[in-house]
Amino acid sequence: MNATTQMNDAILQVDHLSMKFGGLVAIGDLSFTARRGEITALIGPNGAGKTTVFNCITGFYKPSEGMITLNRADGSTYLLERLPNHEIPARAKVARTFQNIRLFSGMTLLENLLVAQHNKLMKASGYTVLGLFGFSGYRKASAESMELARHWLEKADLVDRADDPAGDLPYGAQRRLEIARAMCTGPELLCLDEPAAGLNPKESAALNELLMDIKHNTGTSILLIEHDMSVVMQISDHVVVLEYGRKISDGNPQSVRTDPRVIAAYLGVDDEEVETVLTEVGDEDVIEQLDIGPDAAHGPGTSSSYLAGPVTDTVGHSDGERVTVSKGASKAAQVDARAATVVSKPVAKPAAPAKPAAKAAPKKTAAKAPAAKAEGISNRLAAPRGGKADNLTRIKGIGTVNEKKLNEHGIFHFDQIGAWKKADVEAAEAYLAFDGRIAREEWVKQAKLLGRGKDTEFSRRVDAGKVATSHASAKTTGAAKPVSGKRGGGK
Amino acid sequence: MKAPSINTAKTASGIPALLKTACVNALIALVLFSLMVGVRTEAGSDGQLTYWTRFGEVASLVAAVFGGSIVLELLKQWIGPSGAEKLVPPAVRSGMSFVGSYLAPALLIFTLLVPVIFYDQRYILDLAILVLTYVMLGWGLNVVVGLAGLLDLGYVAFYAVGAYSYALLATNFGWSFWICLPLAGVLAAFWGVLLGFPVLRLRGDYLAIVTLAFGEIIRLVLINWREVTNGSAGISGIPKVSFFGLMTFNVSDPNYIAKVLHIATSSAYYKIFLYYLILGLCLLTAFVTIRLRRLPVGRAWEALREDEIACRSLGINTTTTKLTAFATGAMFGGFAGSFFAARQGFVSPESFVFLESAIILAIVVLGGMGSLVGIAVAAMVMIGGTEALRELDFLKQIFGPDFTPELYRMLLFGMAMVIVMLWKPRGFVGSREPTAFLKERRAVSSSFTKEGHG
Repeated sequence: MNATTQMNDAILQVDHLSMKFGGLVAIGDLSFTARRGEITALIGPNGAGKTTVFNCITGFYKPSEGMITLNRADGSTYLLERLPNHEIPARAKVARTFQNIRLFSGMTLLENLLVAQHNKLMKASGYTVLGLFGFSGYRKASAESMELARHWLEKADLVDRADDPAGDLPYGAQRRLEIARAMCTGPELLCLDEPAAGLNPKESAALNELLMDIKHNTGTSILLIEHDMSVVMQISDHVVVLEYGRKISDGNPQSVRTDPRVIAAYLGVDDEEVETVLTEVGDEDVIEQLDIGPDAAHGPGTSSSYLAGPVTDTVGHSDGERVTVSKGASKAAQVDARAATVVSKPVAKPAAPAKPAAKAAPKKTAAKAPAAKAEGISNRLAAPRGGKADNLTRIKGIGTVNEKKLNEHGIFHFDQIGAWKKADVEAAEAYLAFDGRIAREEWVKQAKLLGRGKDTEFSRRVDAGKVATSHASAKTTGAAKPVSGKRGGGK
Repeated sequence: MKAPSINTAKTASGIPALLKTACVNALIALVLFSLMVGVRTEAGSDGQLTYWTRFGEVASLVAAVFGGSIVLELLKQWIGPSGAEKLVPPAVRSGMSFVGSYLAPALLIFTLLVPVIFYDQRYILDLAILVLTYVMLGWGLNVVVGLAGLLDLGYVAFYAVGAYSYALLATNFGWSFWICLPLAGVLAAFWGVLLGFPVLRLRGDYLAIVTLAFGEIIRLVLINWREVTNGSAGISGIPKVSFFGLMTFNVSDPNYIAKVLHIATSSAYYKIFLYYLILGLCLLTAFVTIRLRRLPVGRAWEALREDEIACRSLGINTTTTKLTAFATGAMFGGFAGSFFAARQGFVSPESFVFLESAIILAIVVLGGMGSLVGIAVAAMVMIGGTEALRELDFLKQIFGPDFTPELYRMLLFGMAMVIVMLWKPRGFVGSREPTAFLKERRAVSSSFTKEGHG
């Protein structure tokens, strides 16, 4: 998913796209890529912002921030957010369909497809002037456009009804006609907004066939929004999952299907069930997977996994000004939070001061931690001084998962982090699989302040309970009972 | 009136519902007429107020409304829009479709023959010219309202621009009609674009109000810009149209038509010439409209009426599409205007009041938006019908010699319009002819087409 290496075969590249309606953040910092010749599915629960993404791509909305790049096959590149609405289909060759079908219901099927060829025919008719006097050039172009219309009517299995009004068609046929109409514009990227909505299984299968036919025979790339998982899983090559305007998963259908965040987002599980879902679908691997830092290609904050920064961070919730999705709303984030808590539970549970850290860590890792790893960090401790570890999550950038890892390495106190030298930082980064993040977030500086008993802006928020931590009362520096942090265990 | 009629349509068979509707209507009539008719006031001889009551008349009016609404409801059940198809026997329907398919050519032949048949009846020729002027205006407005679905209540402004263009150019510079005609069209189209720009973002009611205001602005400018337009007094002495400069219709000219052709002097020649002139202009309008509908721009207009957002998603520039619709419609209005000026020999702002816009719009709506034949028939009914209602002397035999039928002309006319709209809510010709077909051309039923949202 490295955006730069796939620049050439990416037909559509969405970078840091944000769309705000007043205070409402419909899309927050979304980045993804649709590859040429593939079917990319954009899925997500209702209200996730999928149609808003479409409206940004097709120019019906002007995004608040971000860049949408379309690379045409002939090498030309268009920045869609800068093109006027009607030029996106005309010049950038992006066609779309609508969630609530928008056909020209009073015109016949054939006329619908002829309207789609407007720009081509307009040129052929010499912008009406030549056509008005019946020049042969227009008649030839007109006959060609009729042939193209017939071709797509045949593909959509509608040629028998070519002369009927579009409003007279049954629902499934209207969907197919809308796709045929979009294809008549000769698009390079076809954006389909819920093409299978309201279709019966037979119609749905016919739609799949039509889409596969388009993919194989025309070279048109498809971007589709769909709720019908049978369509998504069968035909798409690449799936991007949105929830509350953020990307929560991105990959092939198989990997997305097993992503616990996606499952939680879709099933809409309750707080209590998150753990069940996790144990059902995710094993250690999945939970480990959640701890991997954000993918560079996703840009900051696209993944709501730990440390990636929850929605609130990127959209400036800190001032409490923005209206945004409540922290508990994101089911995917709940999974993250839960996953984090599940992992950190063994650390946190033995809250008794006497217990050493060795017991705190899970058996597997406990053996590893002091012995094998972390050789790079100089000031390790075997156990927290006085049996009480500091609440490291008060440092911005350290979440419960990181805290656990640090604890495994014998780092329990602010002054330990505060005393880190460059080598220590590098060692810690290597272990935590970060690059430059510790330095960027000034962990050492924060730790020094906190070690002296002072507060940072972030720690005050942690103390006020605005940021979920694994510690019941953040001010007490002891490892307390875990709080079921609803959103983003990491900060 | 609308709400109860919907109710009865649902419970069509119920007599109680029928009576309820009639009672409600009678009650409304009672409230209205008790003051409007029931009490009559007049200034007495010394200026004091005298009044007397007319409860008998009120009672008869209320009774008439009661009975009338029962009859109307029963009629609607018989020939209502929903049940019309079922009640008309198939033989009659096939007969009607046969008539329908030959209506246009029959009408065309008839209009071509009108001056031949009525060559000595100047009144009928005048009326026919008037009707054809409105046919042309209706067809021009049809491009904007019927095809592009943009509700334009200020169409008369373009008519005025065309009329004043010819009047001013001909009286000040002595330019010929044949030069001024295209110029008037171009100027009107220019004003159409000028109007189009600010109203592009408006839709529906808002568009209607702005276009209405535009019509009034043009009229007020004509009244107040005295130096150029001569204000309310108008411009008189507008020269007659010549026969392409070869022959004129002024008796004093050396190339007067009777002198050139060596025939008897008659004022009927000019009428007949004007008749064929406006007929030619009408046919030009019809030809261009029919051609444009089959060109991408015409299809884009209709697509715009059906769904503007879908248009944009297909790469149609809705801005230019709307502007071309405004410009084309305005151009035909301008042609009709310059013809009007030439025919009247006199123009004044009085001819371009809002009522004219309303009448033209009514013609388009009554005829069926988008349908040329329907609009032609509607123009005949609207313009010819109001004139025909002047000839109601036979009513004097029924109501006595004191009865003045002219007073009831507009009342009858309004009633006729209401009945037509109840019977044919989408106009005389509601169906739409497709512009292209693969196998056979089948008319699209009015239930699928949209009126547009402005």
